[in-house]
Amino acid sequence: MLSIKEIWKSFGGLMALRHISFEVKQGEIKALIGPNGAGKTTLLNIVSGIHEPDKGEVFFWGEKIVHLVPSKIARKGISRTFQLVELFGHMTVLENIMVGRYARTKAGFFSSGFKIPFVMKEERETRRKSEEILEYIKLAHRKDELASNLPIGEQRVLEIGRALATEPQLVLLDEPAAGLNIRETRDLGEIIKKIRDELKITVVLVEHDMDLVMRISDSITVLNFGEVIADGTPLEVQKNPEVIVAYLGEEEEIQKGYNAHT
Amino acid sequence: MKKGDLLAFFVFIFVIILSPVFSGSSYALTVGIFSGINALAALGLCILMGYAGQVSLGQAGFYGIGAYISSILSVHSGLPTVLCAVSAMMVAAVAAMILAVPALRLKGHYLAVATLGFGEIVYVILNEWGPGGPSGFGDIPHFGFFGYTVDSTTGYFYLVWGFVAVVMFFSINLINSRTGRALRAIHDSELACKAMGLNVAALKIKVFVLSAAYAALAGSLYAHYMTFISPSSFSLFYSILLLMMVIVGGITNLWGAIIGAVVITVLPELLRRFEELDVLVYGLILTLSLMFFRKGLVPILIEKIKKLRGFAVAKH
Amino acid sequence: MLTVFLQFLFSGLTVGAVYALVGIGFNITYNSTSIINLAQGEFVVIGGLMMWFFSESLKLPFFVSVVFTIFAAGLIGLLMERLTIKPLKNPDLLLMIMITIAVSIILRGVLMFYFGKDPYVYPSFTEGEPLSIYGAIIQQQALWVIGITALCIILLFLFFKKTIIGKAMLACAVNPTAAKLVGINVSRMVMLSFVLSAIVGAIGGMAITPISLMEYDKGPMLAVKGFCAAIMGGLGSNRGAVLGGFIIGILESMTAGYIHSGMKDAVALMILLLILFYKPAGIFVSKTMLQLRKF
Repeated sequence: MLSIKEIWKSFGGLMALRHISFEVKQGEIKALIGPNGAGKTTLLNIVSGIHEPDKGEVFFWGEKIVHLVPSKIARKGISRTFQLVELFGHMTVLENIMVGRYARTKAGFFSSGFKIPFVMKEERETRRKSEEILEYIKLAHRKDELASNLPIGEQRVLEIGRALATEPQLVLLDEPAAGLNIRETRDLGEIIKKIRDELKITVVLVEHDMDLVMRISDSITVLNFGEVIADGTPLEVQKNPEVIVAYLGEEEEIQKGYNAHT
Repeated sequence: MKKGDLLAFFVFIFVIILSPVFSGSSYALTVGIFSGINALAALGLCILMGYAGQVSLGQAGFYGIGAYISSILSVHSGLPTVLCAVSAMMVAAVAAMILAVPALRLKGHYLAVATLGFGEIVYVILNEWGPGGPSGFGDIPHFGFFGYTVDSTTGYFYLVWGFVAVVMFFSINLINSRTGRALRAIHDSELACKAMGLNVAALKIKVFVLSAAYAALAGSLYAHYMTFISPSSFSLFYSILLLMMVIVGGITNLWGAIIGAVVITVLPELLRRFEELDVLVYGLILTLSLMFFRKGLVPILIEKIKKLRGFAVAKH
Repeated sequence: MLTVFLQFLFSGLTVGAVYALVGIGFNITYNSTSIINLAQGEFVVIGGLMMWFFSESLKLPFFVSVVFTIFAAGLIGLLMERLTIKPLKNPDLLLMIMITIAVSIILRGVLMFYFGKDPYVYPSFTEGEPLSIYGAIIQQQALWVIGITALCIILLFLFFKKTIIGKAMLACAVNPTAAKLVGINVSRMVMLSFVLSAIVGAIGGMAITPISLMEYDKGPMLAVKGFCAAIMGGLGSNRGAVLGGFIIGILESMTAGYIHSGMKDAVALMILLLILFYKPAGIFVSKTMLQLRKF
């Protein structure tokens, strides 16, 4: 469903991504992993339209999307969350979800201002659907709280809920487990699996938490220094020597540093 | 409409209807008329700044466009004043759109100065090429519809505040709708909005146009009341005055715009004896409000009421 | 032909020098604090009116008046910073804009109270025959304005590039936390930047008043044009502000002379809008520099 073909991206003198190519199959959970600075978030930003690549193409259901603006891409069915949570802090939890419904609703300035019946009906629908989503992600008890008052774990789940509100076919999650404890991470994993199994939404997951990644992913693409070094099932990737070097290499550095200090 | 707003709206209508009955003098009603005109313009600015999070130091420009276009049309063409006012709003809307497309790409200080520049350009144009130049022109007909001309102070009071009530109804509905949520969301995170499929640029332009239309309506009501206008009423000072109304009243609350407008309009009347000090007093009020009452009168009042309620409940 | 052109050119340079000084004032505050002080124009007015007060009303000798005026302006800048800027915790952008506008209103109000709405003037710094270049008449005061501006620019350049305090001030805007960590008293630097920018503005006011008189409400227009000069050259660059100021002054003068005098304010405003819309980083600044700025 999503085809990344030969993506190259540099920022000034820094080469962030080099001939990146891989596929995401419909209905799967695809993890994108790699050491820090490997280019994962940059890639997500390209897919969601925030950045344009220097070269290459991204196909969504066969359609080229690299030159589209983020809002257009969202309307085509790709939604996302952010590495640093971008919630609407001054709005309530329910309202955050309701904003997610924006692209699927129609009321405009004039129809809203004059309270036309169609608008009232649509507003009730929006509220109902949003409350359903809150139930689904188990945040209904927080519905009228200010989003900024939630603990980080719930904030991340809320952001996912908001992304779901847009009725996406593909959702990009950027390090949703960052800052979560073990229990929260486990719950997050359950939610992501529910999204794939019950809602039939495809998930691309950028993550550092290997436990989570190995447990729930169907396939994994590994990036290092802006290049794809492995692409396959969790088992294959775990055994891949280059992957081990990329990660263990880091571990060796940490080990050396530790030894130097003790 | 939310319960609080509904109640406030009823009280509001009630107060409007009864004011002329209880007001002491024609003078008080006149002050009331100006408060209403300013409230209209302030409402537009409030939605723009408090909800959508944009800045405009040039509302006087749209106010002036509203006044001049409506006046010129009603003097030189036979059109009924209502149509003149509507046309003026449309001209202002077009001007706003032309300004907004490039300007809303700017943020913060740059947007503020761009809007300030726009307001000043309008002022210069009115001064140089407006009928009568700096001295302005008169003989503008009073507002009228379907043959009936509003020429009594009381009548005009109801007219102006009637408009305020309608615009307030519209605005409250807007804020509580999908659009209102979108505007508030833009204020918090444009990035997330785009990722959720909102056309942020279009929304910002639309709300800017809306605030310009409100200001233009206020301007035309002003012109048809005064029957005489000159560029000096449409200078930077007025833009800043509007800003003060919104901030003092509470930038995040529509009722704040109305209360703020009333307060700031009534104030110079109360300070009549301090004629030379008026600019200074304005400055002091604005500074003190910004530093100590940042949220504004209405939100602070609401907070106090909530605390009182909480107090009462806890006492059980 | 040439005479007329030169006449307009020089009057443009003269008024442009003042715009340049206002622009530099903006830069000083911006470079140290990332705040754009919309009250900057009022300091020019304060310079002119206070100079009148000391030299004409109190009849103090010239140099004493100059020193007192500079001192008064600096003091006002200090008060502004201590009373309204410093007490704010985590101000957001809108608040900053509003506060500086509010202070400018207060300053204007005080000036109006004490000086009324009349224009004020005092004699030029030197009496003497105006210069004549190809028939264009240039008053001596105009040369003073340009000369003083040039001196200010040089002194400020040396200050920011060569002195520790100057460099410390620049460091504060770039990274206040790091500045604090290396022992710079950020709070004092902020205060100093306000004082300095007030003095710079006042100097411009002092110099230009003998030529174009001074009234209490010239502040906002000066601020707008000075800001225009500052952003034309790229906010933060004094060289840019100088160039910007002169360009605006000359264009304004040419417009007033050749086209229509009522349009002259509109010229600066139109330039301002065009720059803001198409090249907000300034016409001399490159894209990478833009990415490094914080505003």
